[in-house]
Amino acid sequence: MITATGRLHNQIIWNRLIAVVEEQAQTLMRTAFANTVREAGDLSAGVFDLRGRMLAQAVTGTPGHVNAMAASVGHFLNKFPVADMVPGDVFLTNDPWLGTGHLHDFTVVTPAFRNHKPVALCAATSHVVDIGGLGFGADGRQVFEEGLYVPIMPLAKAGVMNESLLQIVRANVRESVQVEGDLYSLAASNATGCERLATLMEEFELSTIEPLADTLIDTSEQAMLKQIRTLPVGTYRNQMRIDGYEDAVDLVAALTISDSGIDIDFTGTSSVSAYGINVPLPYTQAYASFGVRCLVGADIPNNAGSLAPIRVIAPPGTILNAPHPCAVAARHAIGQMLPDVVLGCLHQVLPQRAPAEGTSCLWNPVLYGGHGLGAATLPFTVTLFHNGGTGARPHADGLSATAFPSGVRNTPVEINEAIAPIVVWRKEYRVDSGGAGQFRGGLGQVMEIASAEQTPFSISSMFDRITYPPRGRENGQPGAEGRFYLRSGNTLRAKGRQTVPAGDRVVMEMPGGGGYGDPLKRDPENVARDVAEGFVSVQSAAEDYGVIFDSDGDIDVTATAATRASRANIDVV
Amino acid sequence: MPALGAMTGRIAVDIGGTFTDVALETPDGTWVSKVLTTQNDPARGALAGIEQVLHSSGVAPSAVRLVIHGTTLATNAIIERRGARTALITTDGFRDAVEMGYENRFEQYDIDIVKPSPLVPRRLRMTVKERISAAGNMLVPLDLASVDALLPALVDNDIESVAIGLIHSYAFADNEYRIAERLRAALPELSITCSADVCPEIREYERLSTACANAYVQPLVERYLRSLESLLTDRGFNCPLLLMTSAGGLTTVDTAVRHPIRLLESGPAGGAMLAADIARRNGLDDVLAFDMGGTTAKLCLIERGQPRSARHFEVDRVYRFSPGSGLPLRVPVIDMVEIGAGGGSIATLNVLQHIQVGPLSAGSEPGPACYGRGGRRPTVTDADVLLGRVDSERFAGGSLALDTGQANHAVYHDISIPLQLDTALAAFGISEVVEENMASAARVHAVERGRHIGHQTMIAFGGAGPLHAARLATKLGIDRVVIPAHASVGSAIGFLRAPVAFDVVRSHYVQLGEFDPMAINAMFDAMRSEAESVVHAGAPGADVTETRSAFMRYIGQGHEIEVHVPLHALTAADADTLRANFDATYAQQYDRSIPDQDVEILTWSLRVCARSPDVVDATNEFTEPRRSDPIERPVFNPETNDYEETPVYERGAMQPEILHCGPALIAEDQTTTDVPASFSATADDSGNLLLTRIATTS
Repeated sequence: MITATGRLHNQIIWNRLIAVVEEQAQTLMRTAFANTVREAGDLSAGVFDLRGRMLAQAVTGTPGHVNAMAASVGHFLNKFPVADMVPGDVFLTNDPWLGTGHLHDFTVVTPAFRNHKPVALCAATSHVVDIGGLGFGADGRQVFEEGLYVPIMPLAKAGVMNESLLQIVRANVRESVQVEGDLYSLAASNATGCERLATLMEEFELSTIEPLADTLIDTSEQAMLKQIRTLPVGTYRNQMRIDGYEDAVDLVAALTISDSGIDIDFTGTSSVSAYGINVPLPYTQAYASFGVRCLVGADIPNNAGSLAPIRVIAPPGTILNAPHPCAVAARHAIGQMLPDVVLGCLHQVLPQRAPAEGTSCLWNPVLYGGHGLGAATLPFTVTLFHNGGTGARPHADGLSATAFPSGVRNTPVEINEAIAPIVVWRKEYRVDSGGAGQFRGGLGQVMEIASAEQTPFSISSMFDRITYPPRGRENGQPGAEGRFYLRSGNTLRAKGRQTVPAGDRVVMEMPGGGGYGDPLKRDPENVARDVAEGFVSVQSAAEDYGVIFDSDGDIDVTATAATRASRANIDVV
Repeated sequence: MPALGAMTGRIAVDIGGTFTDVALETPDGTWVSKVLTTQNDPARGALAGIEQVLHSSGVAPSAVRLVIHGTTLATNAIIERRGARTALITTDGFRDAVEMGYENRFEQYDIDIVKPSPLVPRRLRMTVKERISAAGNMLVPLDLASVDALLPALVDNDIESVAIGLIHSYAFADNEYRIAERLRAALPELSITCSADVCPEIREYERLSTACANAYVQPLVERYLRSLESLLTDRGFNCPLLLMTSAGGLTTVDTAVRHPIRLLESGPAGGAMLAADIARRNGLDDVLAFDMGGTTAKLCLIERGQPRSARHFEVDRVYRFSPGSGLPLRVPVIDMVEIGAGGGSIATLNVLQHIQVGPLSAGSEPGPACYGRGGRRPTVTDADVLLGRVDSERFAGGSLALDTGQANHAVYHDISIPLQLDTALAAFGISEVVEENMASAARVHAVERGRHIGHQTMIAFGGAGPLHAARLATKLGIDRVVIPAHASVGSAIGFLRAPVAFDVVRSHYVQLGEFDPMAINAMFDAMRSEAESVVHAGAPGADVTETRSAFMRYIGQGHEIEVHVPLHALTAADADTLRANFDATYAQQYDRSIPDQDVEILTWSLRVCARSPDVVDATNEFTEPRRSDPIERPVFNPETNDYEETPVYERGAMQPEILHCGPALIAEDQTTTDVPASFSATADDSGNLLLTRIATTS
């Protein structure tokens, strides 16, 4: 029985533990080379007990790593038992199936010691700028083509770096200094975590963290279960069709709510692709459970206890549980769709909470110049991060040109033009791309990119929602589908590496989010505001929203009422 | 009493959200006043405060040689969206850059977030035909006809102020200037801001956002400052008026009118300047400044007497003070972290039944429950009252009698009952949690800058700072705490310690391997003459010092670090100097450097600073006779979990050399200093309180 004072004391230590992982994550962000980590926050950091249970995870980080990193530490301990670890040991892997889903993500694990005894483990994951092979893209046919594969092994032993491994890494990647720097950055992040943890244990006079671990895991699990038990028991199904690579992909989910938690089963989902968009199970689990957490238990900190009640399975051989040696580099293109699928299930039990579908998958092309990839005077590689619109919310419009579920930030046009010979001629909202609804979907954006040297260059894309746009909810209309083409006219494939001819421009029209609710119920004043701002055209206002303007540009109240009434009648018929 | 006519006094006026603080300093002493801010006409409150100090000191306006002013006027205009009708003119194709921002969500798990609305709505964002490349070359020449085509829309929309922000204008500003010239000729009344003037830095979102904010507040700030100037003249002041900037320097009204955006955050900057001054005078090389007010707490690292500088901050954070939820401004600022932790921060229980404090605040209306103005929810101040730390009769100089019963009820109802904790322990929990929050913020702020907390001296001020300073210090492993005289009006006192200074920043991309010293020297010459003209206007004839920095990184890295640049005319050999300085700074922050990687420089800065003002040590602050013997009052002691009779010393009666061991309280009119059992307290000759952690035996 813990006393009231004891509970207060535990809360203080728990808060401090969360502060420890936050410092760990900030160290990683500060020292990282990859702009995906430094600017975009593609990282995670956590503290684990000696049994491999995650106790705390930094808020700073990406949902794609949540469960994936939590599970990975157990794999390290299976291979390198904690009893054999000494201070200064550091372990790492980029195994997509033991880590976070593709070779670009390295997970590094470091034991923390107090009084010469191991007391905990710190782990950190980040996305390196290159891992060799084909480069970041969807064109691989097997994981072997996608770059260097590092099984779980020491990065340092008793403080001495594994120089053989570092030599192999340097020889295999395009940006060797940056990638090596990022491995050091991961190790430094864990070192900060270990040091802060030791200080915490000293201050609170703890010789072990196991009792605290038991308490916080149990408290979190009970808090999750308490929230889940407010939901009606049952199985709720949803499916969503997306573009995929060679064929459309059906994502099929059955979400079952019971007293013991939430089970998500992706049976019925399409089989693996022949290309690099396959998803290892840990990444599926991460984004599916993130979808749940947006609506259930959002305030409960991530740890083994809060993650446990949400269980995710997918049959082996489906695109959401792709076995080795499937190609997986662009697994985000499919994985980032999963929150939409899960929210569609939860919409059935939590009305007025789940947003409509959105663009979801990042529009993050990689631009290349250099030998064999175009005729730029100097070789270059630059990744741009951009987004379409998010789905409308039950009480608010969607967000225009905003990442969801990914947490990344864009990179400024001026920075991209300074580091690579490209010119972005246009970056603007796409008028009428937000799905019509009582609440409108977020707008997509259009970008036009050319070579600054009037030479050919390559673009590797991993885009989706071009054939199958984001759907609306509760009679909201779908968002506009994406478009990807050359300004001279030819359409480009949504996924894969292609060449932009000299003098031409590539045009990316990113999707809009789905609408929420009947567009005829949208407040005409909001439609008028959207028209004034240029988010919605006068034509769409009339056709989609039934809002008519007079010759002065003011709402024609009579004509609007008449149009809306006749439209409603047609809908009933 | 100063001789009539001798211009010896200096007045500082800090207009905050709730209070306007005024400090008058003369060789004979310091006088302070605190009056309520008059929101509708802030100059009126300022003058009321000035009258108070003139009256209590007997100093005539004509004897004042300088008035220094800082105000939240510009900040409030942005937060409340009360600025001018503003348009943005940008490059064709980039109308939405300033609204798209970073294309991200600032809160991962909250799908209901609302982004801050842009200062300039889309229909008032206009484009012209032109395009400059990253290297500053003209890809598409400026089409002046496309500028003329915008004139009717500017008139029809009653536009008062225009921001001009073109892509890559930091590299080539002429197109912006030509547009400005055209507009000025056609519409002479228009206020015009060029992004290349207020923020000549790469990154379009930040630069355009800064330009829009500058344009948005410019007409308002100009009207206000001109009217304040004439009010002061009418009242008999015939001295200069200088403005406090976010970078901790003083500047003239004319410069402030051109760069009103640099007036934001002047209050917190004043606090940092106070701490920096105390650090310098006491030889403290490493200081953590801690300023805790009613709504937020600010923490700032001060090294070798200088607050760390930064070039970026956010105004109007719409979401729990979360980074990314406000509008970014790229101007020189003092680098500090601000979190939602103040006396008014509200305590709640979260889903885990844990006590959570802030970021929601009861503000000044209704205020904490103990104010008795209808606040029902428990706050940090309520907890402090229940723990016996605050004298309920003397809060805010006795102007507000605190209602202990209301504090008790709020804590009991919201925290004690659900947690089955007695009220004292619940109150102690609130205090612990808010201190933990501030400790975490301080540690993360330090680690983001490659620093660690623990060896610093803390300098604490603000209304609630002295109450929590020693406990926060304990959590951070800090052994020494200084509570300055007039701690509750620390920002205004800090204004009096600030030098006249101006920072100029330019983006100019250079790979160190292709370093061209002539071009850099020419750029620095231009930057120096701009900065000197501002400083000479504010401090005619003063000696000036210059410092220069480059913001450098390894090629491809996302984050630049500030590196010292030598003052002489640079030569080719200085590429090695810069490299060595970079490596040393990098290794200091990240524990390693990378020998084979080339380095790039994105941005350069230059600061010209007049010699710091003379500081008078005057300790007349308590004019009323005060008792010298302590009284006793029951205060909660966490060691024994019980209330114990605890001595309360009068700050004015504190003597140097006489040490009081905790637990104790030191009371003054505006605040109370809490001395826990692990600390002792004494006063120094300048009227500062010194709290020192008593060495533990373990």
